[in-house]
Amino acid sequence: MRKLRKLWLDGPYLVWMAAFIIIPLFTIVYYGLTDKSGAFTWNNILEMGTPERMKALLLSLILSLIATAFCLVMAYPLALILTGMKGGATAFIVSIFIIPMWMNSLLRILAWQTLLERNGVINQILGMLHLPKLYIINTPYAIALGMIYDFLPFMILPIYNSLQKIDPNVVNAAYDLGANKFQTFWKVIFPLTLPGVISGITMVFVPALTTFVISSFLGGSKILLIGNVIEQQFTQVGDWNVGSGLSLVLMVFILISMAVMQHYDKAADEETTKL
Amino acid sequence: MKKALSRIYLVFIFILLYAPIVVLIIFSFNDSKTRAKWGGWTWKWYASMFQDQTIMSALWNTLIIAVLSALIATILGLMASVSLLAMKHKRRSVVLSLLDIPMLNAEIVTGISLMLLFIAIGQFLSRWGYTIEFGFATVLIGHITFNIPYTVLLIMPKLRQINISTYEAALDLGASRWFAFRKVIVPDIMSGLLSGFMLAFTLSLDDFVITHFTKGPGFDTISTKVYTEVRKGIKPEMYALSTLLFVCILVLILVFGRGHRKKPMLSDMIQV
Repeated sequence: MRKLRKLWLDGPYLVWMAAFIIIPLFTIVYYGLTDKSGAFTWNNILEMGTPERMKALLLSLILSLIATAFCLVMAYPLALILTGMKGGATAFIVSIFIIPMWMNSLLRILAWQTLLERNGVINQILGMLHLPKLYIINTPYAIALGMIYDFLPFMILPIYNSLQKIDPNVVNAAYDLGANKFQTFWKVIFPLTLPGVISGITMVFVPALTTFVISSFLGGSKILLIGNVIEQQFTQVGDWNVGSGLSLVLMVFILISMAVMQHYDKAADEETTKL
Repeated sequence: MKKALSRIYLVFIFILLYAPIVVLIIFSFNDSKTRAKWGGWTWKWYASMFQDQTIMSALWNTLIIAVLSALIATILGLMASVSLLAMKHKRRSVVLSLLDIPMLNAEIVTGISLMLLFIAIGQFLSRWGYTIEFGFATVLIGHITFNIPYTVLLIMPKLRQINISTYEAALDLGASRWFAFRKVIVPDIMSGLLSGFMLAFTLSLDDFVITHFTKGPGFDTISTKVYTEVRKGIKPEMYALSTLLFVCILVLILVFGRGHRKKPMLSDMIQV
């Protein structure tokens, strides 16, 4: 591989990476830590302390944790079922769970508005069946549902993938050594899929924590998540310094979640090597 | 019993995932301007969308950005993969983790950071009377940036598998480095390049957040048009357009997925 070095391919993408990945992040730090005149200040970060922003941040954290938990609990059995399938149809069935991602995601979330509305599709069906109606549109419940719906495939895919990689002999060995189904799952299968579970959790948690589309489509105009607060700072208020300060706070939470996940990822790695 | 339960569960998730899509497809045939009531079946939105200037320009912007950003990201991703594999282990992992930032970071942060960069450059250039116009170019740069890590992830494993001796043999036989690269290495990793391009294309097609922050007034893609139309009501043509695009991509995936690979295309994304 070293021979390919002489092709001089290093330049373009390193320049691109510096210009459009690294420098932009420093621009956020710069705007976040200065005021309009360019003098250093902590005020933009402290702006997060106002009651309504703290409320938005807290609600975002709660909803994204709930959505992540639901996605995990829903996706794992599905991945197990998919893995257990035999025959040529499996690839087709797996792709059925991926294909929805090809429809414009904004429209798909918007469609939930129609499904959940007071006189929406779901309530009409419930009415026909004489069942109690569901009034969750413009509440945090609708936002959580939107998150679960939108990000579920991101949880299914990595878990399914890590289940696929498990050597069936390892599972058979556990049975041969007298483990029952429950023990085999908890002691053998689940630990082996931890890397997939972890990447699924990060792929759901971060987008859910920072979304502003789902909340503005399904939460009405009254419920704000931290993503909405930041988005409004940039597009409506036009205060880039405060917006950047708030983004820096949000980035701290993203970094914390990554650090936690990395910690568990390492632990899982060690577990696996012990096996 | 267990089998029946898992069938029911599959159907439950299936309904959850497809209910909104079915709703959208039905809307595209609804002979009524509002979502609220059903006015019978019609094909007219499929005809009238081609007459709507703003929708056609949004479609054109979306497609051209998707093709260009996927193409440039694939080329840059190929270059990055080659030079990453030539690097020493430690340096490679540093560059790789920097390259991963757009993939791991929140989209809203990536979008804002690019927007601020363009604003800062614009302020800097204004001293000499130049301005930066937010629109096509800024959106394209944004899309290329978030696409690169995905193309690298699909191209690098393929590149790792090739036999470098064939390249050396070509050089020994008198080929120039570029000729050997084009004729020996590129064909070997073609499947990686293609799936990288396709993934980048579809990611760009569906992107909203990065586009939202890097676009200027007057420039719209399908996603940003949906977002601004939500309050005053979505034009029914948008449902027709999205349904059409959905069907096109579906056909594309079925054709590509069947021809070249055993697994469906997107299972590559799982490994991401």
